[in-house]
Amino acid sequence: MVSVKAFKPGGKPEQAEDRVREADHPSSQVAVFGTDQPLKLDCGVDLAPFQIAYQTYGTLNADKSNAILICHALTGDQHVANVHPVTGKPGWWQTLVGPGKPLDPERYFIICSNVLGGCMGSTGPSSTNPATGKLWGLDFPVITIPDMVRAQAMLVERLGIEKLFCVVGGSMGGMQVLQWSVAFPERVFSALAVACAPRHSAQNIAFHELGRQAVMADPDWLHGRYYDEGVRPHRGLAVARMAAHITYLSDAALHRKFGRRMQDRDLPTFSFDADFQVESYLRYQGSSFVDRFDANSYLYLTRAMDYFDIAADHDGVLARAFRGTKTRFCVVSFTSDWLFPTSESRAIVHALNAGGARVSFAEIETDKGHDAFLLDVPEFIDIARAFLQAADKANGLARKER
Amino acid sequence: MTVQESLPFEASTVMKCYRADHLLVADMVESGSKVLDVGCGEGDLLQLLESRGVDGRGIELSREGVNRCVARGLAVVQGDADTDLAEYPDDAFDYVILSQTLQATRQPRVVLEHLLRIGRRAIVSFPNFGYVNMRLQLLIHGQMPRTENLPATWYDTPNIHFCTIKDFVGLCDEINVKMERAVALDRHGRPLRLNAPWWFWNLFGEQGVFLLSRAEKKPDSTHAA
Repeated sequence: MVSVKAFKPGGKPEQAEDRVREADHPSSQVAVFGTDQPLKLDCGVDLAPFQIAYQTYGTLNADKSNAILICHALTGDQHVANVHPVTGKPGWWQTLVGPGKPLDPERYFIICSNVLGGCMGSTGPSSTNPATGKLWGLDFPVITIPDMVRAQAMLVERLGIEKLFCVVGGSMGGMQVLQWSVAFPERVFSALAVACAPRHSAQNIAFHELGRQAVMADPDWLHGRYYDEGVRPHRGLAVARMAAHITYLSDAALHRKFGRRMQDRDLPTFSFDADFQVESYLRYQGSSFVDRFDANSYLYLTRAMDYFDIAADHDGVLARAFRGTKTRFCVVSFTSDWLFPTSESRAIVHALNAGGARVSFAEIETDKGHDAFLLDVPEFIDIARAFLQAADKANGLARKER
Repeated sequence: MTVQESLPFEASTVMKCYRADHLLVADMVESGSKVLDVGCGEGDLLQLLESRGVDGRGIELSREGVNRCVARGLAVVQGDADTDLAEYPDDAFDYVILSQTLQATRQPRVVLEHLLRIGRRAIVSFPNFGYVNMRLQLLIHGQMPRTENLPATWYDTPNIHFCTIKDFVGLCDEINVKMERAVALDRHGRPLRLNAPWWFWNLFGEQGVFLLSRAEKKPDSTHAA
């Protein structure tokens, strides 16, 4: 019989417990919006009360003109430049954020909030539903990227900021950047949208469906009520993460990192054990993910991305969404990103040009795939820095003229 | 799509860091206007224009060029003059500039028509193939001309549509374009004397710089963009 060593993701139960606590009581600042300030969701539901967890770095200046909002990606969170309270790992965008980096807290007031539907302190399926006293689970309404952005806008308003100097994000974060510039053009001075798209492609929806089905196929998912039974669909979520993780890389990067090399052995074991390094790596990625992320959140957030289509909200014409915008845009894509390929960024740029917007667009050559926006890619970092510096200069001039 | 890496600049020019032809082009642009530089290279001209209060945008074919421009804080996108100009709406700019790029496009006439559709005015500069050194190389050596500013051999040049100043004037007439200003520059980038006849410019101009606008439509015009 062929040996199959069981793949058991989720080896750190104490982390999972920390994560569960973070959902309602995050190690972050929290903005609570009461029943008097409901969030009007695209699905028709008024969500109230709800809360948004957020981190800030740096100091807001006197005329409140130095605020930057960072929008995180699908499985990111608000811990952009500090040690993560659950994993203990450094912030996820330290290549871009920090002293001497393009987004420097010495100069800017940087805000990053956990998205609506997330599981790190903003209201989502793993938060407590005040109406029942139980966790929301699938009773949580289906949310969209515009809903997330509306919630962020309420937070920014709560912080007393009329206009953001810049909104920055990659992947799902980039979608939020675009949505910000479309929904609140007068509140966004500049926008840096990285490795994203104006709509989620059929292929990407397909990958998301694969991930969701993996979660739902786990017997421990229990139609989303796993919280009540003290179990977690960690196997399904790990598989979803493994599949997704492949889409974040590139063939070239996988070959460079792993090739066909074996994991701690010289010969194949003639089993379904993780013989290859790439298998071992993927298992690790799946395994480490399930302790810090909620499976239901994964369903809701992937769904929000699927629904994203700016043009559809503007009579099918993307350019119409950006008409007359005064926001300064920088769009960046990566050559080996096949999840959000350059053609998607180009569609954004064409629409911006047609709308008369001021836009820079650079395609960065790298074999690091979609994940490149999170990694140390000097050319990208240089461009982000230059774009912000130029925008900063123009922002200063604009304020002087006022 | 920058064909010439750098033109020798006029030694007596006050702003030594800028190319003479760029300064000439920049002088043709009114301050405060909105400009698209097609084939903007590494953004030297755009930067000069922005320093003069112009709202400048650029298109550049080479990824390296684009990234250099964006890193300089310029609003430049990666694109191809032959294919991407069609996506710009009418009257989007006050000026559209095509500096040393016309001869490298696949369809110079279509590109020229787009320039004057997108912009109310166009500024076009190009190397003059009627320049005396060019003619002599072909006449005496019987070989495709190569100059300091156009050093590429015939088999690896990006320049596929060379023309003379006279040819260009002919095209402008044909597609009903009005020449508001024309300047021929010598090989040092200095303007030739203004009152010289066309044949003189065509023979001694190393490059031509033209400020164009849309002419009143002729009744028999068949080439409206």
